[in-house]
Amino acid sequence: MSHAEEALPVEKPLFTPGVFVLLGLIAVGLGFAVYRYLFGLGSMTNLNDQYPWGIWIGVDVASGVALAAGGFTTSALAHIFHRKHYHAIVRPALLTAMLGYTFVGLSLMVDLGKYYNIWHPILPSMWQGNSALFEVAMCVMAYLAVLYLEFVPILVEGLKGKLNLPAPLDLVRGPVESLLKQGWFQQIVDFAGRFFGKIMFLLVIAGVVLSCMHQSSLGALMAIAPYKVHPLWYTPVMTLLFLMSAIAVGYPMVIFESMWASRAFGRKPEMEILTPLARLMPFFIGAYMVAKSSDLVIRGAYVYLFDGSFQSNMFLVEFGLGVVLPFFLLLSDRVRRSPAGLFLCAALYVILGVLLNRINVFVIGYTPPYATRPYVPSIGEVAITVAMISCLILLYRLIVSILPVLPAPESEEASHAV
Amino acid sequence: MGMNRRDMLKLILAGGGSAALTPSARAWSSPRARVDPDRWGMLVDTTRCIGCRHCEWACKQQNELPSDPLSRFSDTSVFEAHRRPDATSYTVVNRFVRPDKPERPVYIKVQCMHCEYAACVSACLVGAFQKEKGGSVQYDGWKCMGCRYCMVACPFQVPAYEYFNAFTPVVRKCTFCFERVSQEGKFPACAHICPQEVMTFGKRADLLIAARERMAKHPDRYVPHIYGENEVGGTAWLYLASFPFDQLGLPVLGDTPVTQLNETVQHAIFKYFIPPIALYSLLGAMMWTYRDKDE
Repeated sequence: MSHAEEALPVEKPLFTPGVFVLLGLIAVGLGFAVYRYLFGLGSMTNLNDQYPWGIWIGVDVASGVALAAGGFTTSALAHIFHRKHYHAIVRPALLTAMLGYTFVGLSLMVDLGKYYNIWHPILPSMWQGNSALFEVAMCVMAYLAVLYLEFVPILVEGLKGKLNLPAPLDLVRGPVESLLKQGWFQQIVDFAGRFFGKIMFLLVIAGVVLSCMHQSSLGALMAIAPYKVHPLWYTPVMTLLFLMSAIAVGYPMVIFESMWASRAFGRKPEMEILTPLARLMPFFIGAYMVAKSSDLVIRGAYVYLFDGSFQSNMFLVEFGLGVVLPFFLLLSDRVRRSPAGLFLCAALYVILGVLLNRINVFVIGYTPPYATRPYVPSIGEVAITVAMISCLILLYRLIVSILPVLPAPESEEASHAV
Repeated sequence: MGMNRRDMLKLILAGGGSAALTPSARAWSSPRARVDPDRWGMLVDTTRCIGCRHCEWACKQQNELPSDPLSRFSDTSVFEAHRRPDATSYTVVNRFVRPDKPERPVYIKVQCMHCEYAACVSACLVGAFQKEKGGSVQYDGWKCMGCRYCMVACPFQVPAYEYFNAFTPVVRKCTFCFERVSQEGKFPACAHICPQEVMTFGKRADLLIAARERMAKHPDRYVPHIYGENEVGGTAWLYLASFPFDQLGLPVLGDTPVTQLNETVQHAIFKYFIPPIALYSLLGAMMWTYRDKDE
């Protein structure tokens, strides 16, 4: 029903109170990061020989990768299945994915003991293909490249059209505008636009394949520790469950950030796109729900569900509130049409169903054999994680203000046509 | 997308074809496949150990780790807590009191088990761990990124990390005295210094025979099980004890190597890259089939 809307940079002031809060959080995180680099991981994390992985892996890396899945799922919907109705959400999802994976890399630069060796997996002499982590590293590197390349047409469009540099970038406005006027620069931009337009479909398919590979191999990571991961989560099919939950979180994540962005920019939520998208969600969430439940039954792991332990209770929260509840809520058309209802379902699945799931698998469900006390993230670890997320949100806001990512704001008439 | 059918098919085939030509499946042999049948092992007879901890001191000397003087190692108050190997101690001895014989506690030396199907070897994405043909598992800190996945993987929770080293942290664990054994023809330092012959160094195959003989000769002295013979596929370090192993701080493990599930999956995916190429082609076919379909 709705015509494809043109994408435009958002014309809203950059320095809102929220942005100042984000800047503050980033500053705190930066301080802790400096401390980490000067004095080592032991000086400001609670990582130890029993708990080598903490929230930087459980949240920043594992959840970060999962929640950036909106990129490939919307790409598949709009470009592989040619559902043009959803074109307007592809760009924001792509930006989220691009920023998400970039911050996974940045988080690794903080977590890795020898971060300056992060490029080692590129060397064939160091390839060790038995490792699930090898597959994660290679696919994430390749996918990051694909994401940046997929973003080129947006950059081209922005450079050709009205480049909206917000106030703080006034200093560079002059040089940038004169650069844009150069003939040779415009030729490069034209060529890039044409070239990437032609090969875009190759990149889109590659993006989906690479995403499937690394989302699943993230699940395979903990498969090497059958004696240390709680039976409510450890299963030979962890690989498959991670892939299914990553696919299932793509559209909820799109809804989550789309509605949040609409609120931030004072726009009406795009229900004419989000509601039909929501109709697809029960299939994917339901498939995951069935697979996970069957797995628990087949392995007999359901006996742990109600034993009252902290780990079991976290599973109940994750699965009960984070998967089963949103699944049933989403079956209702009223919920799907209601912005509040839809946002609630999306938030439940994203935050409890997937984010908490990744934390459970990597941290809470991980019980090393000789731990004397449980792992609790230190203030420094939390501060850096929060700073990473804040920086991602800030960059999102900055980029949608400069480049044509979000659809043009609706006029009064169009917003009634649902 | 402004392209006719022929061009699209060409490009999809080109994409899939070039993926197939990439340096693909070097058959990633499981780490154990390259070991010598004559590889080394170490038999630890905990019934002989008196807890003198000279092995701890000798190990620190051999590996140039920070250490107290030998005289301090007779301080038995350390046994009040169960210790673990850490970044400056490749081995520790722990004491366990038997409820039936409180006057004769059991002492057990803990260190890297140098597994046959080492999880760390399989887990390390840059190959910093190698199972060398003599049986020991070696670590190359130069390759290491410090991701600590090896520590997640090890079922014995052995690798320790230099968390307080800000610039060049490495993983630390027993090396089975690799240079001492292979270049100097000596026993590992711990076995060399032990006054009670707790440790017997030899070929793993021979040690298993010797262990069985010992158990047959003194059935009342030993629990009828050689810990490490089959646990997680077998380890180079083998233990005999008079008390159940799970009550001596050793993890209860099955015989299947922990690497088996992952390696099966990884080999399936990277064998000529068939699954990713198949998926790529399938998606390409769907993209072409569903063209011109507007919602």
